[in-house]
Amino acid sequence: MTVVFDGIASGLLLFLISVGLSVTLGLMNFVNLAHGAFAMFGGYVCVVLLNRLGVPFLATLPIVFLASALLGVLLERTLYRRLYGASHLDQVLFSIGLVFMSISTAHYFFGAQQQPLQLPPMLLGQFHLPGLDIGVYRLFLIVVGLAIAFALQWMLTGTRFGAQLRAAVDNPRAARGLGIDVDRIFVLTFALGSGLAGLGGALGVDMLGLDPGFPVKYIAYFLIVVAVGGSGSIKGSLIASLILGIGDVAGKYYIPQAGAFVIYAIMVLMLIVRPQGLFGRTAAK
Amino acid sequence: MSRDISMRAEYAFWLLPVLAYFVFGENLALLSQIAITALFVLSLDLILGYAGIISLGHAAFFGLGAYAAGLLAKYGWGDPLLGLAAGALVAATAGFASSFLVLRGSDLTRLMVTLGVSLMLFEAANKLTDFTGGVDGLQGVEMQPLLGLFSFDLYSKTAYWYSLAVLFLLFWLARRLVRSPFGLSLRGIKQNVTRMPALGTPVHRRLVAIYSIGAAYAGVAGALLTQTTQFVSLDVMAFSRSAELLLILVLGGSGNLYGALIGTIVFMAAHHFLADINPQYWQFWLGAALVLVVLFARDGIMGMLRRLVTRGAQ
Amino acid sequence: MQHLKKTIAAATLALAASLTTQAAEPVKIGLVLPMTGPFAAYGKQIEHGVKLYLAVNGDTFGGRKVELIVKDDSPGTAGDVSKRLAQELVVKDKVDILAGFALTPSAFAVAPVATEAKKPMVVMNAATSAVTTKSNYLVRTSMTLPQNAAPIASWAAKNGIKTVFTLVADYGPGYDAEGQFKKTFVAAGGQISGEVRVPVKNPDFAPYLQKIKDTKPDAVFLFLPPGAETIAFMKGYTERGLAAAGIRLIATGDLVDEDILDAIGDPALGLITSFHYSEAHKSPGNKAYTEAYYKAYPKDRPNFMSVGGYDGMHLIAEVLKKTGGNTDADKFIEAAKGMKWISPRGPISIDPATRDIVQNIYIRKVERVGNKLQNVELDHVADFKDPGKQ
Repeated sequence: MTVVFDGIASGLLLFLISVGLSVTLGLMNFVNLAHGAFAMFGGYVCVVLLNRLGVPFLATLPIVFLASALLGVLLERTLYRRLYGASHLDQVLFSIGLVFMSISTAHYFFGAQQQPLQLPPMLLGQFHLPGLDIGVYRLFLIVVGLAIAFALQWMLTGTRFGAQLRAAVDNPRAARGLGIDVDRIFVLTFALGSGLAGLGGALGVDMLGLDPGFPVKYIAYFLIVVAVGGSGSIKGSLIASLILGIGDVAGKYYIPQAGAFVIYAIMVLMLIVRPQGLFGRTAAK
Repeated sequence: MSRDISMRAEYAFWLLPVLAYFVFGENLALLSQIAITALFVLSLDLILGYAGIISLGHAAFFGLGAYAAGLLAKYGWGDPLLGLAAGALVAATAGFASSFLVLRGSDLTRLMVTLGVSLMLFEAANKLTDFTGGVDGLQGVEMQPLLGLFSFDLYSKTAYWYSLAVLFLLFWLARRLVRSPFGLSLRGIKQNVTRMPALGTPVHRRLVAIYSIGAAYAGVAGALLTQTTQFVSLDVMAFSRSAELLLILVLGGSGNLYGALIGTIVFMAAHHFLADINPQYWQFWLGAALVLVVLFARDGIMGMLRRLVTRGAQ
Repeated sequence: MQHLKKTIAAATLALAASLTTQAAEPVKIGLVLPMTGPFAAYGKQIEHGVKLYLAVNGDTFGGRKVELIVKDDSPGTAGDVSKRLAQELVVKDKVDILAGFALTPSAFAVAPVATEAKKPMVVMNAATSAVTTKSNYLVRTSMTLPQNAAPIASWAAKNGIKTVFTLVADYGPGYDAEGQFKKTFVAAGGQISGEVRVPVKNPDFAPYLQKIKDTKPDAVFLFLPPGAETIAFMKGYTERGLAAAGIRLIATGDLVDEDILDAIGDPALGLITSFHYSEAHKSPGNKAYTEAYYKAYPKDRPNFMSVGGYDGMHLIAEVLKKTGGNTDADKFIEAAKGMKWISPRGPISIDPATRDIVQNIYIRKVERVGNKLQNVELDHVADFKDPGKQ
């Protein structure tokens, strides 16, 4: 039982660190490999607030979200928007450039070492049910992850903004013709994606660590979730994360020899069975 | 007329490395690694630039070639040319086998499947420590002199001419290949994959073929690196190598064989120069350069050159 | 024949004379280190140690001024890059000595260059046992992995730990640590109750921790690359209450080196490790060292890599003093063999047979000293040679 619980928590951690990418890559169809850079930015904001300014951990989270979203707006206005129409390859190249710059910048300001992060006591420890040990922080991640997933899903399918966004991505010209302010929609969505990336980074620091190499180190994980989930689907990302998380944890528990193979093998198998991802809407161009 | 000019430009281009030997005689180690990287970039250009197959795991083939040549030499068959052939063969076989997985799905799926396959190969090489040396690297790679005459030296003279000759030969082959009917059909597939079957082109078979050829090229590049450094590190299969490769190609301009070469020269030289003056933060400037290239020179260096030439002609 | 001998003798004399006149020229030391990428922290610490030595002890060795040339061999694990840079250092920059080498593949790949170019090579970190066997011109001032893994195994066996679960990263150094620990521990009468190898990049230790908890060993022996993984493991270890369940945690000291100790935080408290250097080592030499370090680099903490770099420079300085500034590889290595000195880490020497380092290995416990976490030394094994070569 504990293995299943840990798998779910691990899956939601994957979901949290990649949900921002589900938004920018999945919804806006921008291959934003710099996603990890936003996550790292969020992580550093959180650590600085916590360790240097003494802000409580939970209070840092909304600030992290806003700060990352703001950075997103800034970069979207100056750089990203020029590349919406560009080919995927150009986007890859551009965002890798940003990743390099972010790594050097983080290195310059914070040095190459791991950053300390001490969770508040209320999030530490475990409580025990018969046959099941529940880690408090893991439970916290599950709750936050599910809340974000449902909020996003609702926003996309249940609100006017969501409908406008889907229209704007699928056919920007027609959307403009219908009087939708495509520009504004894109900037808001990008801000949302960056904010979520930052939030995921901050929430992940405790388990993933934080150093300037962060954007590259976990890039494969971000991409796996989005690819397996299918672009354009928050539900897909969530389910993919869960399958990957549970599979990974169970694989490591029962067949530790397989180690790192498990998660990649799951990914390749799932992509062979469903090349468009679990819930892919259409083929990315 | 313009054909004439481009012919002359090509001759001039291939004179450069000969000149470089005399001008940069102290940098031959770097120059031979540039030649090897150029061959590796060329291999990606064949599949991405000409057939439109995006790959984030091309280092897998590079690594297979490197290990094939390394192991062969370690166990007594240290003839360089034999090693190249083995590298090509092993990588081509792996390319052929994996092409059936890779060629399904969209760009993003391909990106991820190639990445996944290469990550699994990386893990396998890491785990088979007794065989590959794992992260410590494969040691005991003893190369025999090239053609029985030229041994690999500290100044990398042999390494340089050897890498350059292999690059030139394979480049020439690739040039013929992309201008053949086979190459043209690939371009057709890249531009419009749905129309080509109607013209009677066996799309899938063509793609499998070019993917295997690309893999073989990468394998040769890997084998060259092993032979000229007499060492194989696990890093040959690393994700960063695949990513850097893609970057160089796009920088140079994909779908153009000279783009692959020039991209490599510019990237490696910039990297070397920046890392020398600023060993800690050179990545920042490299990143900034990439962003600028994408924003202001989207078709890569070759595109820029072409524009300069046309502007000059007007 | 007689004539020939005379000519040779004369030539040798002339050569020696030219070498002494050359002594006024600066001595060039090429440092090959990862300054960017995943191991940038290693390069930074080693460079700190090297520069600190020059700042504290002056930059003139055996009458020759020292000139450093730093090359970034990022990622540090790519032998081809390190080798190319070393070749360039020799061919183009004409360095006299090759030094640095944070990771084993880079040391392995460069060793043949040292042999062929006849340049002394001072390894300041790379810790695989076999490194020193790869060139006769190679000398190491850091440590070897078995050297640190064996003492903790004997300590565990002596201190009431009967069953151990080993958890190591799934790569070469992990296998080495696991092998040496098992060998020593089983020979001392201990029992291995379980073993697992975890992926090098591993974001979640939950399944392994659970497995350990279900196995209930007396202790866990841990070896992971220092960094995010170590932090994640220790946090999980505390969170899951393994310590409360009476399972102790033992490891080699690189896991809790001063560079990452703060990032692990309180979960590290009580961890027992064996290692060759601690910031908290009590000696006048170390006191002077740490003070100078904080003055020069207030943002960082001195750790074993910085000491590896510092001692590497000390070795070069002492050798050049002995040879009168002569960097000829054979003479250099001859002079280095058997050299003894008091390092910030304690007394150390260079084994004349293997050119590897002989040093005290300390058993330490993580404690809070003042407002800092420190590895406080409890016990030590004196003048311990690398068991990996026996």
